[in-house]
Amino acid sequence: MNPIFGHLMETGFGGFYDGIVHLLITPADLLVVMGLSLLAGQQGPAGGRVLLAVLPIAWLLGGGFGQPFAVADSFDALLIVWFTIVGVMVALDRRWQLRWLRLIGLFSGLLFGFGNGASMGPQGPIAQELLGGVSTVAVITAIVSAQVAANSYRWLSIGCRVGGSWIAAAGLLTLGVHLKG
Amino acid sequence: MPRRIFWLLLLLIAFVPSVQAHLESGGASSLLSGLLHPVTGLDHVVAMVAVGLWGAVLGAPAVWLLPVAFPMVMALGGLMGMLVVPLPGVEIGIAISGVVLGLLVLFERRIPLVAALALVGVFAMFHGYAHGRELPDGSNALLFSLAFVGSTGLLHLLGIFLGEIRRWPVGRRVVQITGALIALTGVWFLLEIS
Repeated sequence: MNPIFGHLMETGFGGFYDGIVHLLITPADLLVVMGLSLLAGQQGPAGGRVLLAVLPIAWLLGGGFGQPFAVADSFDALLIVWFTIVGVMVALDRRWQLRWLRLIGLFSGLLFGFGNGASMGPQGPIAQELLGGVSTVAVITAIVSAQVAANSYRWLSIGCRVGGSWIAAAGLLTLGVHLKG
Repeated sequence: MPRRIFWLLLLLIAFVPSVQAHLESGGASSLLSGLLHPVTGLDHVVAMVAVGLWGAVLGAPAVWLLPVAFPMVMALGGLMGMLVVPLPGVEIGIAISGVVLGLLVLFERRIPLVAALALVGVFAMFHGYAHGRELPDGSNALLFSLAFVGSTGLLHLLGIFLGEIRRWPVGRRVVQITGALIALTGVWFLLEIS
C-alpha cells in the first residue's frame, strides 16, 4: 500500500497494541472513522448507536477477508474517493434515514477493514492486530458520535461541518497527488 | 469531563509521536510544509483573510457557510491543477480576488448568499488551481493536504475574528481599512502581472 496509508507498527507491546497504533497512524483510516462518527452524531443518538453496531463488526469482517490479498494502487484511490464522499456528507449536514447510515457504515467498514487486513498480510497471527484496530474504531466512533449527538452548541455543529469540509478537501487534494503519480 | 476527554483524545491523535517520526523533511511529505504552503504567498494570504472578513461583514449564515464551501471548491481547483486541466487567467483571477474581496469589505457590501458563495467559489477555484500546480511531490500527500487545508481554514478564522471587531465603531473602521489594504495589494499584484 502507499505510504500515506501507513503500515503495521511494532510497538513492542504485542499485536493488539500494534493494531491500535496502526489505525492511529493511518490518516485515511482515521479520517473515515472521524467522518463517519461526525455523520452519525449529526443524525442524533440513534445514528451513533447504528454506526457503533455496524462499523466495528464490518471492519473486522473486512479485515478477515483482506488478509490473504494484496491490494493494488487503484484500491488506494477507492479509499480516498470514499472518505472524500463521507467528508462531503458531513459538510452538507443532511439528515439520512438510518438504513442508509447502516449501509454506509457497513460498506466503509468492509472497504477499509479489507485494506487493513491486506496491509497486515497473511503471515503470523494477525487476529490481535485486527482486534486492536477494530477496538480503536469502536472507541473513536462511540466518543465522537456521542459528543456530536449530545452537542447543544451551534458553533460545534458548524465545527463539524467545517471538519467534514476539510476531510473532503484533503481527500480531493490527495486524489490529485495519487492520480498525478 | 467527557468533553475534556474528547479534546484530549483529539490532541493525542494529532500529536501521536509515531506520526511525527514518519515525517520527512521538505515537499509534500511533511505536515509542516503543508501548514506553511498557504502562508508563503501574500496573494493567497490576503484573499483567505478577506474571505473571513467578508463573511463577518455578511453575518450568519454566510460567516460559517463560506469556510465550509471554500476548502472543498479550492481542493477541486487543486485537483484540476494537478491533473493539468486547462484553466485560463489563474494569476489574474487570484489578483482580482484580492481587489474584489477587499472592496467588498471596504464598502461593507452585502449580496445574496448564493451569489456570495458563487463568487467566493470562483476565487477558490483559482487559488486551488495555483496551489495544485505548485504542489510538490511526496509520499505523505494526505498529511500534507490535511495541514494545507487546515492552514487555509485558520486564515479564514483569522479573518472572521478580525471581522468581529466591527462591533465597535473604531473596529468597523479598522476592518474597512484592512479591506482597502487588501484591495490595494490585489491591484499591486495585477500591475505586476501586466
